[in-house]
Amino acid sequence: MTATIFIPCDASALSLGAESVARAIAAQARARKLDVTIVRNGSRGLCWLEPMIEVATPAGRVAYGAVAPRDVPGLFDAGFQTGGAHALRLGLTEDIPYLKGQERLTFARVGVTDPASLGDYLAHGGFRGLRRALELAPAAIVKEVTDSGLRGRGGAAFPTGIKWKTVLDQDTAQKYVTCNADEGDSGTFADRMLMEGDPLLLIEGMAIAGVAVGATHGYIYLRVEYPHALRTLNEAIAAACEAHYLGRDILGSGKQFELEVRVGAGAYICGEETSMLESLEGKRGEIRVRPPLPAIKGLFGMPTIVNNVISLASVPTILERGAAFYQNYGAGRSRGTLPIQLAGNIKRGGLIEKAFGVTLREILYDYGGGSASGRPIRAVQVGGPLGAYLPESQFDTAIDYEAFSAVGAMLGHGGIVVFDDTVDMARMARYAMEFCAHESCGKCTPCRIGSVRGVEVIDRIVSGVNRDHNIELLEELCDTMLQGSLCGLGGMTPFPVQSALRFFPGDFHKAHGEEKR
Amino acid sequence: MYSIDHHDHGTPAVAGAAQVTLEIDGATVTVPEGTSIMRAAALAGGSIPKLCATDTLKAFGSCRLCLVEIDGRKGYPASCTTTAAAGMKVRTESPALRKLRRNVVELYVSDHPLDCVTCPANGHCELQDMAERLEVTETRYGLAGENHAHAKRDVSNPYFTFDPSLCIVCSRCVRACDETQGTFALTVEGRGFDSKISASAHSSFLDSECVSCGACVEACPTAALSEKPLIEIGQPTRAVTTTCAYCGVGCSLKAEVKGDQVVRMAPNRDGHANQGHACVKGRFAFGYTTHPDRVLKPMIRARISDPWREVGWDEAIGHAAREFKRIQAKYGRDSVGGITSSRCTNEETFLVQKLVRAGFGNNNVDTCARVCHSPTGYGLKHTLGESAGTQAFTSVMKADVVMIIGANPTEGHPVFASQLKRRLRQGAKLIIADPRAIALVRTPHIEADFHLQLKPGTNVALINSIAHVVVTENLTKEDYVAARCEPAPYQKWRHFIAEPKNSPEAMAAITGVPADLVRRAARLYAKAGNAAIYYGLGVTEHSQGSTMVMGIANLAMATGNLGREGVGVNPLRGQNNVQGACDMGSFPHEFTGYRHVSDDSTRHAFEARWGVKLETEPGLRIPNMFEAALDGSFKGMYIQGEDLAQSDPNTGHVEAALSSLECVVVQDLFLNETARFAHVFLPGSSFLEKDGTFTNAERRISPVRKVMEPRAGLADWEITVALSNALGYPMNYRHPSEIMAEIAALTPTFTGVTYEKIDRLGSIQWPCNDQAPEGTPTMHVGEFVRGKGKFYTTEYVPTRERTTSRFPLILTTGRVLTQYNVGAQTRRTPNVAWHDEDRLEIHPHDAEFRGIVQGDWVGVASRAGETVLRADVTERVQPGVVYTTFHFPESGANVVTTEISDWATNCPEYKVTAVELVKVNQPKDWQERRQKLGERRWKSRTGSGVSHV
Repeated sequence: MTATIFIPCDASALSLGAESVARAIAAQARARKLDVTIVRNGSRGLCWLEPMIEVATPAGRVAYGAVAPRDVPGLFDAGFQTGGAHALRLGLTEDIPYLKGQERLTFARVGVTDPASLGDYLAHGGFRGLRRALELAPAAIVKEVTDSGLRGRGGAAFPTGIKWKTVLDQDTAQKYVTCNADEGDSGTFADRMLMEGDPLLLIEGMAIAGVAVGATHGYIYLRVEYPHALRTLNEAIAAACEAHYLGRDILGSGKQFELEVRVGAGAYICGEETSMLESLEGKRGEIRVRPPLPAIKGLFGMPTIVNNVISLASVPTILERGAAFYQNYGAGRSRGTLPIQLAGNIKRGGLIEKAFGVTLREILYDYGGGSASGRPIRAVQVGGPLGAYLPESQFDTAIDYEAFSAVGAMLGHGGIVVFDDTVDMARMARYAMEFCAHESCGKCTPCRIGSVRGVEVIDRIVSGVNRDHNIELLEELCDTMLQGSLCGLGGMTPFPVQSALRFFPGDFHKAHGEEKR
Repeated sequence: MYSIDHHDHGTPAVAGAAQVTLEIDGATVTVPEGTSIMRAAALAGGSIPKLCATDTLKAFGSCRLCLVEIDGRKGYPASCTTTAAAGMKVRTESPALRKLRRNVVELYVSDHPLDCVTCPANGHCELQDMAERLEVTETRYGLAGENHAHAKRDVSNPYFTFDPSLCIVCSRCVRACDETQGTFALTVEGRGFDSKISASAHSSFLDSECVSCGACVEACPTAALSEKPLIEIGQPTRAVTTTCAYCGVGCSLKAEVKGDQVVRMAPNRDGHANQGHACVKGRFAFGYTTHPDRVLKPMIRARISDPWREVGWDEAIGHAAREFKRIQAKYGRDSVGGITSSRCTNEETFLVQKLVRAGFGNNNVDTCARVCHSPTGYGLKHTLGESAGTQAFTSVMKADVVMIIGANPTEGHPVFASQLKRRLRQGAKLIIADPRAIALVRTPHIEADFHLQLKPGTNVALINSIAHVVVTENLTKEDYVAARCEPAPYQKWRHFIAEPKNSPEAMAAITGVPADLVRRAARLYAKAGNAAIYYGLGVTEHSQGSTMVMGIANLAMATGNLGREGVGVNPLRGQNNVQGACDMGSFPHEFTGYRHVSDDSTRHAFEARWGVKLETEPGLRIPNMFEAALDGSFKGMYIQGEDLAQSDPNTGHVEAALSSLECVVVQDLFLNETARFAHVFLPGSSFLEKDGTFTNAERRISPVRKVMEPRAGLADWEITVALSNALGYPMNYRHPSEIMAEIAALTPTFTGVTYEKIDRLGSIQWPCNDQAPEGTPTMHVGEFVRGKGKFYTTEYVPTRERTTSRFPLILTTGRVLTQYNVGAQTRRTPNVAWHDEDRLEIHPHDAEFRGIVQGDWVGVASRAGETVLRADVTERVQPGVVYTTFHFPESGANVVTTEISDWATNCPEYKVTAVELVKVNQPKDWQERRQKLGERRWKSRTGSGVSHV
């Protein structure tokens, strides 16, 4: 009997040696004249166990990890290809507590299927959402999305259905669907994992969006740092076109939707939707003034949906299983699930898709297992480099847009970066300003000049120069950036700085060199 | 820096009938829907702090100084990008806003040198204004932080500097280049704090695609972009509104003056022709007015081989008058004549023709418009009834399709081109008929839908084939034609044009334009809705120039594209006052307002006013004068502001004629080429030194106002007055306004024109009379001036100028942006930095065949003469066609052009000369080449062969 071995082709697995492991397994199988089929799947998101390989057994898939090439002969000796016992054996994949406790709707297929295989996708329920959408009137599709309670997963949490309705209501010959895949926040990787692990889901979501609002063309704006995702997406688009899930006549419906991937050039600001549109148009990535909203005047001046990868990838599930099914998950006004990305100084980093409502503490300790260093967790930054730092006292905050907002933080794209008690929060505040200075498009003054001055002022504070005066100046600068900036980059850079000042004031008051004493 | 008396409203005006009422700082304000809060506040007399906003550019929202508070809205929206809405309650001042604004200005100041006192923008710097207004006197960030203080200045442009240390990255320059000029030469390089304004990405301004229109310099709120004279001379103290003396666009400019020195020219934001824009010539190239070559003393000499002798005005005028009287006594009354200039004012032109008709007592007056747009006058008069363009420039903003024939607006009429490009960027379609790939064929954000790249000399064949498609595919507007045109000529024309010989398929062999392109272009034009034709000298300067103008008028009438905004037949006039010179009775057969000298009632009116008996027969045209000179019957000429020896065709012929005259009086700023044949030189005055009016291509009469005293002592009109008085025909004008009063009294289309009204309205488009007291922007509304429009059949007749095995190539001519006409003015400005010699454009195929490579010296020989030019090998020209400009006398472009001319008006066929090229050795030096060229001129053919009506 042929053994089926799953070896992830996800970038995180590859960076940990998945390719060498795959080669070693193939070589061993040849040497041992064993008949094995190697499937390159996406990642299950248990990053500390990567490369995590799986084998199909009658009881289900059995996982082994983290596997190094040198472990391979031993695994074969142990008969891993049929689920044999080995020190690296993790048991049935589905029973690994980290996975078992999740509510995987959007990531249901990621790590399970071969991302390049249309057949695999269809076998796992793919394109049912699109088929249903093709049976509905555009307004009914939009209503379904609205009723599901889905909100923009890029961070702004704007109701997706309402955005779609705005585009639907525009009476123009040309509309666009764009996917913001410029995933630039530190500690975030859900978009990448999805595009590498289940690209057809995103394609299906975009096709549904196109059918819903009457857009015939879509663009995925992909950051240049994701070469694997680029390859996978292009292969998947080609396969979808071939099978008429994309193209001039989708599944014989007479509806057109063409899709292509455009690669960015490394600017964080192009993850802001109006800059992304500028960049898509071939211009300098620079903020556009709103209004008009992109939904009214977006790409090339036409009504445009701009949605994050996860927002669009959530749509097929909603269409397939109904708004009520999706809406049933979650807490408060945050409905459905959020793929949470856990990174930094954490024992078990990875992707955890949970319904809204789980607390930060549960994520950090039940899933993450505490810090990797074993020292107490002192602060976490949620929502990327512009997110506020949360101290231990706020760890019971629920993963919920409103709950986070209530404590002056933001959930953003769901990335959590963990720091233990050795962190210097003044340095982290400085980093926030430095990041802003590095990534500012330069259009508005508070961000362009303010961020540079912010770094300088923090430097003066930590070196003890006129400290009180400079702290006051820093606070005023934060206000100026917050209230005066044109977009979220300059407007949110103060969040980490202010939270660091608020919760960790002592770090700003250490005399220069005091740490060493 | 804005013009010194400009009050800015922050964002552009919004056109629209709907009004909204809102409350700003407690005051009720009503503005057109779509108006920004910033503009609404400005209209109500307030002023919200701002740096990146200006009312010529779309709101940008980057400086964050204009933030306001709006009831019911979170945060502080930018007033430039937030539109006023009904019922809105806005606060523009509050402690929070003040603090926010102060903090933003403080950030600016932390990266800006604080040397205001020595800064060229001191007193007119918007950052300085904001800092003062918000009382930001220091920066808490200190000056030791990261900054741009040592950024390198770019002084490459002759007229302005770019100092990045003063730049606040507001992008106004970039946006001005995009939105106002439409060149897209500037960008912001880098990002964040490293953002830097960059010309063509990493070029110097001079080497970049920048066309030096200066819109960026004017838009700059600090001294980052600064006119060099502002640095060298200092701030101007007063502004005089006047009109540009270059091309036929006729931009309204404010001459900004310190003492008696012009510091700079700022386009007038209220200027009707230019809408606040200008070009490299109008804005910057006024230095010729103070060039050392200016002749400031009258001069006389007995023979043209003698050296000049400086004399006083009385002696010079007296000498000239005596000579003219002597010649008339000896050779007869008709042995002298005068030439008016399209560069001079209406009033000056009027006086010269009056001097000829009343003082000389003959009608031997002609104008340089003879050699450019005389076919326009003829063709439009006959078909539509008025010798002028039909529209205002702003009409183009309502055009759906624009057809450009034989014109190169981005070079020749740059300020109109910017407006045209704006319309094209909005989506209007573009058809270009030109032998050469002019810039508009493909330029940033614009691409012509059709480029009909015809062979030079085949215009009529092309327009006939376009009309053929319109007629045979039933695209004519029959209702329109039936209501507005004479039926019989129309039917005759329809029959003629539908003949198979006029089909695009039949004409393709002649024009070289594929029939399919012609058909599609014709359909696009005919079905446009609003289709407008703009044309230039590529239409008129042909043996069938007048035929082509009529062909254009036919097409416009047949498709109903006349008599409203967005359509029309629009000649782009070459010089500032071509229209005016023609209006003023400069032609030998016409009084002012295009009325024939044989028309008794008109002539009687002039006789009554002037108190003399006037000649009833037309006088000599310029080419006739030359022939009569060579025959020995024409002996004296008074030439005001025109360089016949350089600008008229077949230089050898012209020079032979001029050298046979006994008295040539040249009135000019410089000793031009014609002055080599002059006996009396009367130093003229530049447009800065006199009062008067110019009339541009849209029939717009605009004021020319004295900025400084005439450098040679007399304004040109005063010189003509003095000469007339010396001739014994008295003229007693004290001011040009009195001349205009006489013009108005004698000219039905000008009866409503007065200086007072021109000053009040800014400008007036004639006809201006009781029917149209404030002028006429669009002509032929309702009915044509001649009553019913008249179609003329336009048989294509090939020019006699044919290519042969001896002369296998066709030479055609044009101009460049930075130089103007024969270059007398622009060659004496730093504009030579862009164009310091005329070059011969040649297609790579033709070049390779002759072994010519880029930069080679090439001998150009025609039936008329020879010259030498350097080769520019380029695919802008088609195989078989070569092209040059004529801005430098040493180029001798007109040495090779022939005296073949328009059948109706004698406008020379500059655009078609059969030539052969031969690679020659590089001359040892420029002077030597020019001297040799001079010798060749004398040897060149002097035969006749001028075609007559």
